[in-house]
Amino acid sequence: MTRFLASRLLQALVVLALMSLAVTVLMALMPGDPVDMMLAGNPRATPADAARLKALYGLDRPLLERYWHWLSAALSGDFGYSRLYAQPVLTVLGPRLLNTLVLLGASMALSVAVALPLGVYAARRPHGWADNVINLFCFAGISVPVFWLALLLILLFAVELQWLPASGLGPVGGESLVERLPYLVLPVASLTLASIGGYTRYVRAAMMGELRQDYVRTARAKGLGESRVVWRHALRNALIPIVTVVALEFGVLFSGALVTETMFAWPGMGKLIYDSIMGNDLNVALVALLFATLTTLVGNLLADIAYAALDPRVSFKGGEG
Amino acid sequence: MRSGLAALTIATSLLSAPALAEKDELVIGLTQFPANWHPSIEAMASKAYVLSMARRPFTAYDTDWQLTCLLCTELPALEKGTAEYETRPDGGKGIKVTYTINPKAAWGDGKPVTTEDVLFTWTVGKHPQSGYGNFDLFARDIVAIDVKDERTFTIHREKPVCTYREINDFEILPSHLERPVFEADPANYRTRSKYETDTTNPGLWFGPYRITQVEPGSHVVLEPNPTWWGQAPAFKRVIVKTIENTAALEANLLAGQVDMVPGETGLPLDQVLAFEKRHGSRFQVIYKPGLFFEHVELNLDNPALKDLRVRKALLHAIDREAISKQLFDGRQPVAHNEISPLDRVHAPGYATYAYDPALAAKLLDEAGWNQRRAGVRHNAQGERLSLEIMTTAGNRSREVLQQVLQAQWRQAGVDVRIVNEPPRVLFGETLDKRRFKAMALFAWVSAPENIPRTIFHSSMVPTEANNWSGQNYAGYRNPEMDKVLEDLEHVCEPDANRALWAKLQRIYAEDLPNLPLFFRADPYILPPWLDGVVPTGHQDSSTLWIETWKPKG
Repeated sequence: MTRFLASRLLQALVVLALMSLAVTVLMALMPGDPVDMMLAGNPRATPADAARLKALYGLDRPLLERYWHWLSAALSGDFGYSRLYAQPVLTVLGPRLLNTLVLLGASMALSVAVALPLGVYAARRPHGWADNVINLFCFAGISVPVFWLALLLILLFAVELQWLPASGLGPVGGESLVERLPYLVLPVASLTLASIGGYTRYVRAAMMGELRQDYVRTARAKGLGESRVVWRHALRNALIPIVTVVALEFGVLFSGALVTETMFAWPGMGKLIYDSIMGNDLNVALVALLFATLTTLVGNLLADIAYAALDPRVSFKGGEG
Repeated sequence: MRSGLAALTIATSLLSAPALAEKDELVIGLTQFPANWHPSIEAMASKAYVLSMARRPFTAYDTDWQLTCLLCTELPALEKGTAEYETRPDGGKGIKVTYTINPKAAWGDGKPVTTEDVLFTWTVGKHPQSGYGNFDLFARDIVAIDVKDERTFTIHREKPVCTYREINDFEILPSHLERPVFEADPANYRTRSKYETDTTNPGLWFGPYRITQVEPGSHVVLEPNPTWWGQAPAFKRVIVKTIENTAALEANLLAGQVDMVPGETGLPLDQVLAFEKRHGSRFQVIYKPGLFFEHVELNLDNPALKDLRVRKALLHAIDREAISKQLFDGRQPVAHNEISPLDRVHAPGYATYAYDPALAAKLLDEAGWNQRRAGVRHNAQGERLSLEIMTTAGNRSREVLQQVLQAQWRQAGVDVRIVNEPPRVLFGETLDKRRFKAMALFAWVSAPENIPRTIFHSSMVPTEANNWSGQNYAGYRNPEMDKVLEDLEHVCEPDANRALWAKLQRIYAEDLPNLPLFFRADPYILPPWLDGVVPTGHQDSSTLWIETWKPKG
């Protein structure tokens, strides 16, 4: 286990180093110099002004030198300042990360909680009317564009019924969870309705496969109750592919949901990453994308560990899962 | 089941019930959140809009486009002796201009606004590491500042410019708060300034309101500033919410969670026109044409566009009045010149180009594009009159306009191909480096009485040699225009100055270095109960007069 973890940690470091270099190079290749764009609205700015600001922001130095400077500082815990927000990168990232975790964490938990019983129910009665209704619901969720669904929810629940707030993090001055909860309902509903379909289809497919296995037939022949067969035996095995999908989604928890965040004015990581890339704010874009990469790697590691817990045949001996 | 649903409904509505905004609170919806808060580092429309509630420039253009004093007591003037030509130590001619700070002006923590703040602001502005974009004003234009007393100071300007009275960009800083931060580390001042680290510090603000809460990316709360010296503001709280998606912003308006959407950084014109048709009875909708000059930039190095007859024909071939009516409900006035008719320096009498397809055809024939094959004009060498037009991808209004122009030019026998790019690429590369082949549709924004030197002077053509500086993307070169642009900066005698402005507009209309289309109208959606909001139509925000905003009755 220790060897396995050490090997994965090493892999993660290599991936992160490559990712940081790739992001730096790709952002440098983007059209439009950040200082030129900053000065575009100032007709009195001279080439000397542009040169002065480029030197101030370190943009006059060669790309690799800039990268090396950032890397050395980052390794000592200094991730630099955001050029756009004039704040330390971690100060900019912190609140956005929390907002994203709340939004996407709630949505993912709700999606999985609903998708599991729905998928299992559909798999137990394939092609029956209930399965057809569930499938219809799933395909509708998958097919409907998130922005359209979000707008529909806002129009219905905020404009027409006036039950829920249309957007924002919470009432001005309202810090408590109870005060903020209503603001979470529509964005979470919009994300959840869009993702339940996918999860349900995975659960259904995995369960249908397991329910056809010999061990299920044997368990039934031994006289085990149907619910024990389904929930204790079949589902446990069906969870392995589902865990993979959830683990891959884990990285998304930290990289945000751009469309939903924009529609519901929910300042999260998706919008921050988009704005930092478009605004050429390298430090923020770099750290945010690295964080998303790191969490995807951690999600995969957790999935590997979960496989061992779910399937006794999986072992970490020899450094492989 | 039914009772459960009812309970959920009641619980939800009790929890959320977004209370209708009280009349002592105003909720403003913007589509952009200010990235930072320092008044002079990084310019942003949304930041200017919010900061104009919490601070005031020395001078600004008012809603009638007249220069006015906001922080000073009186505009300096040559005839009053508060402005005076002088000889600089190097022998050149300069001008000294004296201002007096309003004696009642005080920062939100009670400290008076003094000449100490003026000197400190100048020190920061001219420091090469402070991060100021408008370095020109602080480091070159202002050569010295003399302090007479706590409130009166004299600025010595390098050149005797006709706009000597204006110091709109001299955004004063509180030296008692900012000096220690700046002196400790000038190179990192832009990130360590209290505007970024302690934004709700009352001492940073001196407008009718001060910023009391900032939720990054979401909203800003402003409350009345007890040290404000002018008319008391009417609202106990102003909340500025950011909702970037315009459809969601519209839904917020309808849900009553946003009271108003200003034109400065709000909804696009086409969306507001549709909104007004559906919900106009519930809101006041104001359209304010301003200084955004929508035009077709021409690359004058293009062989076809070099010919003035082709440029004139292109303008005669499009029906701008009909386009304005059809696409913009007539709210967006047709532009016949680069200078807005609302500007004091506008001088009618220049040539205009009405829709006249017959004249367009005649001009094209004369220019040698007289053979039509498959509807497209060709010249004697068999070359097609084919031009490319670019605009900012994703700007629905411009993309529709572009298609209408394409169709009307097609009728005149001009083949126009659409090639659009994201704004970042179009402005960051294509225009900046003059890589557009023929035409580009976008807007210039200026200020009242702004001399368009960077756009029309031949020294402002971006080239590799000048590191692609300047905004004369057309590559327009006319020595007569250069002379007028240069003279406008220092010939200030009113009649002579007016004559120069008239000449500039005449040369523009005769040369057509670009094709004028419209002056963009900014749409404002206001609640019926709100009074006093007057859009400016120029770069100074309507919030500079927010103390006059109040509930009706």
